[in-house]
Amino acid sequence: MCMSVPRYWRERAYRYRLVGTECLSCGRRYYPPRRVCPVCHSRNLVEVKLPERGVVVTYTIIRSPPRGYEKYAPYAIAVVELLDGTKVLAQLTDIDLSEVEIGMEVEAVFRKIREDGEEGIIEYGVKFRPRLTGH
Amino acid sequence: MRTASDVGIVGYGAYIPMYRIKAKEIARIWNVVQVPIEEKSVVGLDEDSITMAVEAAKNALKRANIDPRDIGSVRLGTESKPYAVKPSATIVAEVLGITPNTLAADLEFACKAGTEGLQSSIALVASGMVRYALAIGVDTAQGRPKDALEYTAGCGAAAYILSTKSHETLAYIEGSHSYVTDTPDFWRREGRFYPMHTGRFTGEPAYFKHIINAAKGLMEELGLKATDFNYAVFHQPNVKFPLTAARRLGFNMDQVKPGLLCDRIGNTYAAAMLIGLANILDMAKPGERILAVSFGSGAGSDAFSIVVQDAIEARRDLAPKVADYLGRRKYLDYAKYLIHRGKIRMR
Ligand SMILES: [Zn+2]
Repeated sequence: MCMSVPRYWRERAYRYRLVGTECLSCGRRYYPPRRVCPVCHSRNLVEVKLPERGVVVTYTIIRSPPRGYEKYAPYAIAVVELLDGTKVLAQLTDIDLSEVEIGMEVEAVFRKIREDGEEGIIEYGVKFRPRLTGH
Repeated sequence: MRTASDVGIVGYGAYIPMYRIKAKEIARIWNVVQVPIEEKSVVGLDEDSITMAVEAAKNALKRANIDPRDIGSVRLGTESKPYAVKPSATIVAEVLGITPNTLAADLEFACKAGTEGLQSSIALVASGMVRYALAIGVDTAQGRPKDALEYTAGCGAAAYILSTKSHETLAYIEGSHSYVTDTPDFWRREGRFYPMHTGRFTGEPAYFKHIINAAKGLMEELGLKATDFNYAVFHQPNVKFPLTAARRLGFNMDQVKPGLLCDRIGNTYAAAMLIGLANILDMAKPGERILAVSFGSGAGSDAFSIVVQDAIEARRDLAPKVADYLGRRKYLDYAKYLIHRGKIRMR
């Protein structure tokens, strides 16, 4: 088993829709969502839909993947700074590793994250791909 | 068939995955000379019918510019469901923020599953049961290695959001006609991986009979002839079939070309005609009329007459166009293709 089915289900809003939280005391935004602000320690956080576009701030190539990700390796994991400044750690997709660059424009897409074997559930979530031209 | 009140398309969107394989590359493996198309689309490792449906529907939502919670019905037509048991439509509805106060169902009718969703969505909107209805056609079509279908079985999605006709709708449905018979041209038994087909039998008694009768039935009902339409788009299992059907119905190449994408993406099954229609909507002018006819084995066709409205000019640029997806291509060799289609067991 990759992850418990109930946990995957509870977390689907932020996994599916790039929903984070915003600290109403200091204005910082977090993804994945946090209940307590790690900076100002406020508990006054609300859910917020984050923008789906951003740039790659830094990245690393995963060659020895954790269980469930074997078929994607080697793949790139990037810190993406969204248009509102929120930083998101996510896998890059639709890209050759030689094409990954710091500063490249990316956009969020909904993809399969991993599968629990051939019988378990399919986990879906957000990844980022190079921004499509023309819109 | 006509509705008591007019129904329109308030948003539309398509999606085609980035990967392609040349038909010649497949032919190289099997020592075949003649190929039916240039190349076809292939899903990425992390894509399936649900992820493709989500992107097409997101594009439709961008153009519709509505609150997803106002959508009262999600119909997802496909024959490549990631789960044998568990609806795909609920996942798509959840991702798009449409849940929980909505209908959601997967529909099946081979390549006609998408327009089957369109037909029932038109009825749901026209009856006043729902304000907006989302219909999606999507497939990650599989062909048995070395079978004729392997050259054409492609991947793609298209989504349409319907509402009552208004100045907000991008086009409206003038009428529709459905035509079905029991025809064993193509099937897959429960638990079997690849479909079976009857070769030559797929043409005359299946594709042509249903497409032509559905189109003729619609044109007679509306009192329209081929020259009244600016565009015609048909289900496209290859390039030859839709061109032949068009000619027999009296359409010329200029009317058919904008909706004919099979040569570049293959047969995307439940999405095939609907992606072609999206490409037409990407370029059509207000006032222009489109004939759109699907075909699904088993067998049946849905024909629609669609008239483009003024709102399209301002809203078509709100989401990526079919041309944007056609322009994004990465070629796979046959070995990589097998990995992408899950034909090599990794464990
Ligand atoms: Zn804070």
